[in-house]
Amino acid sequence: MKKRVSEKILMKGNEAIAEAAIRAGVKAYFGYPITPQSELLEYMSAQLNSRGGVFLQAESEVAAINMVYGAAGCGERVMTSTSSPGFSLMQEGISYIASAELPCLLVNVQRGGPGLGTIQPAQSDYFQAVKGGGHGDYNLIVLAPNSVQEMANFTYLGFDLADQYRTPVLILADGALGQMMEPVVFPDYDIVKNKVDHSSWATRGKKDGKQHVITTLHIEPEKMEIINNHLQEKYRDICDKEIRFEATKTDDAEILLIAYGLSSRIAHHALELARDEGLKVGLFRPITLYPFPYRQIRALTKKVDSILTVEMNAGQMVEDVRLAVGEKVPVHFYGRTGGVIPQPEEILEKIRAISIAPQMEKIF
Amino acid sequence: MKQEIVIAGFGGQGVLSMGMTLAYGGMVENKDVSWMPSYGPEMRGGTANCTVILNDEKISSPIINSFDTAIILNQPSMAKFESKVKPGGQIIYESNNILTPPTRSDITILDIPANKEAVKLNIKRVMNMIILGTYLGLNPVLKIESILKALTKVLPGRHHHLIPINQQALERGMELATQPTIM
Amino acid sequence: MSKSIQSVQCEHLDKMDIVWDRPDTLIDVPMHYCPGCGHSVVHRLIMEVVQELNIQDITIGVAPVGCSVFSYNYMDVDMQEAAHGRATAVATGIKRVLPDKIIYSYQGDGDLAAIGTAETIHTINRGENIVMIFVNNGIYGMTGGQMAPTTLKGSVTSTTPTGRDLSIHGHPLNIAEMIAILPGAYYVTRQAVNSAKTVRKTKKALLRGFKNQIDGKGGVSFIEVVSNCPSGWKMTPLQSNKWLDDNMLGTYPLGDIKVPEKIA
Repeated sequence: MKKRVSEKILMKGNEAIAEAAIRAGVKAYFGYPITPQSELLEYMSAQLNSRGGVFLQAESEVAAINMVYGAAGCGERVMTSTSSPGFSLMQEGISYIASAELPCLLVNVQRGGPGLGTIQPAQSDYFQAVKGGGHGDYNLIVLAPNSVQEMANFTYLGFDLADQYRTPVLILADGALGQMMEPVVFPDYDIVKNKVDHSSWATRGKKDGKQHVITTLHIEPEKMEIINNHLQEKYRDICDKEIRFEATKTDDAEILLIAYGLSSRIAHHALELARDEGLKVGLFRPITLYPFPYRQIRALTKKVDSILTVEMNAGQMVEDVRLAVGEKVPVHFYGRTGGVIPQPEEILEKIRAISIAPQMEKIF
Repeated sequence: MKQEIVIAGFGGQGVLSMGMTLAYGGMVENKDVSWMPSYGPEMRGGTANCTVILNDEKISSPIINSFDTAIILNQPSMAKFESKVKPGGQIIYESNNILTPPTRSDITILDIPANKEAVKLNIKRVMNMIILGTYLGLNPVLKIESILKALTKVLPGRHHHLIPINQQALERGMELATQPTIM
Repeated sequence: MSKSIQSVQCEHLDKMDIVWDRPDTLIDVPMHYCPGCGHSVVHRLIMEVVQELNIQDITIGVAPVGCSVFSYNYMDVDMQEAAHGRATAVATGIKRVLPDKIIYSYQGDGDLAAIGTAETIHTINRGENIVMIFVNNGIYGMTGGQMAPTTLKGSVTSTTPTGRDLSIHGHPLNIAEMIAILPGAYYVTRQAVNSAKTVRKTKKALLRGFKNQIDGKGGVSFIEVVSNCPSGWKMTPLQSNKWLDDNMLGTYPLGDIKVPEKIA
């Protein structure tokens, strides 16, 4: 096989995911147009059929996610992508996919809600992404890239984790990450070496006398509980092994910023501005939102005086931060909603205020 | 060295592609770059803008609210971005499209008749390259070779024969930068 | 009564030709369907066809939500159980990644003609090369006999206690006629399973549908089977079969609705 030269390309985040997915050997992509993720769908439509896969534009997000169910049930590498309202429509199907333990990659390029909302970037689908989203006890592995490069990297990672744990993996991005261009280098990826054999359970036609059935119906409560126990065991395993995060300047930090995705980039800028003023600020960035780095954040409470969580929503991840921190240090929140992006200067203002009065604001 | 630029005008004036060319040129010179477009209904006939960051170091936030340079191609964008230029920064605007010029006195303001010049070059669509030339003439952050290389990436293959005329436009823009009508 | 019927049969078995047997493709377990329910007949017919065409190891079925949700317990082929209404989207996903396999979906009227109408129309409109089996008994059997899109005018169900009033609930939906106009529909037929004669015709239709797919004919083979629901209709099996003849077939007449030869 001819080795591809890894070249630096200027690309939109949406396109980077599509290109990485094709390089990771995605066999089928099913999707439906919605701003701000449509470039992903369009890239797939232009490229996938001639590069070894199948592209199909579905009649709705509901149909798309169920096509993913069907194709993933055959043990093939499959994916879909959408933006917030479309992701809501997919929730039923995702619950089935999680229950049936079908590996697949999902992408939500978030926009501001609720309702039809706006097409501008937001992070207001955090709860939906990390707490299950659909009905029943399940979780997705949730990866939160903060650059176009990571949009590509996490696509490979997402497929691999999906295969390894037989579970749906979600890339939780936002409109800005999807639309912006940054340089990206596609790492080498050996499709053959990374291929996981799903033939023991996939429905590909009955062979060797054994019928394979993909189902999520286990009508006897005791049997359904066994399925649930198995899923929970898998999630515990994921929580043990797959937590990813990035800590910046936390060693001497007095105020710790916690942010993920695009807001972690903005928070980093605010950190630079604050450091220029002599304020000792650090940044902790969860990369996996599920599993969430509770322990790692809790450990940092021994060092820092207070925490400021920055999000593009009304305060969602901050609940997990408070769960991690308890009463150990005050936890503050700064967020903008509806597609408005918080500015570094606004965060700096908040940092200044906390440095003077670090006690917790009343939340209830 | 960090450059934060906003380019704004009507859809169809080449706003997004100008920014893309600049970003690609920065990447050719191994800078960290980002290009962030406005998107959605604004792309369909209304105003369009993009921000470009060129940095010798890693870019932290691709989202910025104040700019070293604003390149303004229509009146609504002037209203939107004049106040967002950093003190000591610059506004480069296209003469034909601006009836009410900016009034700030703490920034450099350049009025470039890029439309007229494009007509002189006999191809209207290079207006954006003339303005880009002016920007590079004033801010020699990138070599013209890098921009030409960028054009091979930004322009679809069927338009590569237009690169020489784009080069002419860039050079004309750079000339205009040396004889600006500073207000 | 010392000799049971069975022992009489056994006594003479070695002297007789076997003219009727359970197909190997039908799993040998008691079905959960109510006595007299048409689902068991349709299951058997599909499996007979799979056996006769020798496609058991390349066939993948998609089960719906409804009474036939457990059909994978009876039909011995690889199967996927879909969410309510989504069987044909799931079937599309399978067929697109495994185009050489034989794919069928199996749905009831609530699944195919109410909650899954969009998927039904668009799967057919894309001309997916699959077999869609539509069992129409005019009622939601599994959830306790509620009104279905195909429920007849005036029929009493648990959600139309005074009978289906067209001015309130709309009209019975003739989905087969509706989808027959789509270019992606290759073969559309409506059959029944309330008599030996209609059962034989349904078998023929199924055979034709699966053959279409094997031959790679472009488009959906859509086989509607008008069936009964003795429990939901609150009748004996015999009464239900007669009621089907007397009432259902007026709204849902049997026969081919679209046949490839006729198009050409």
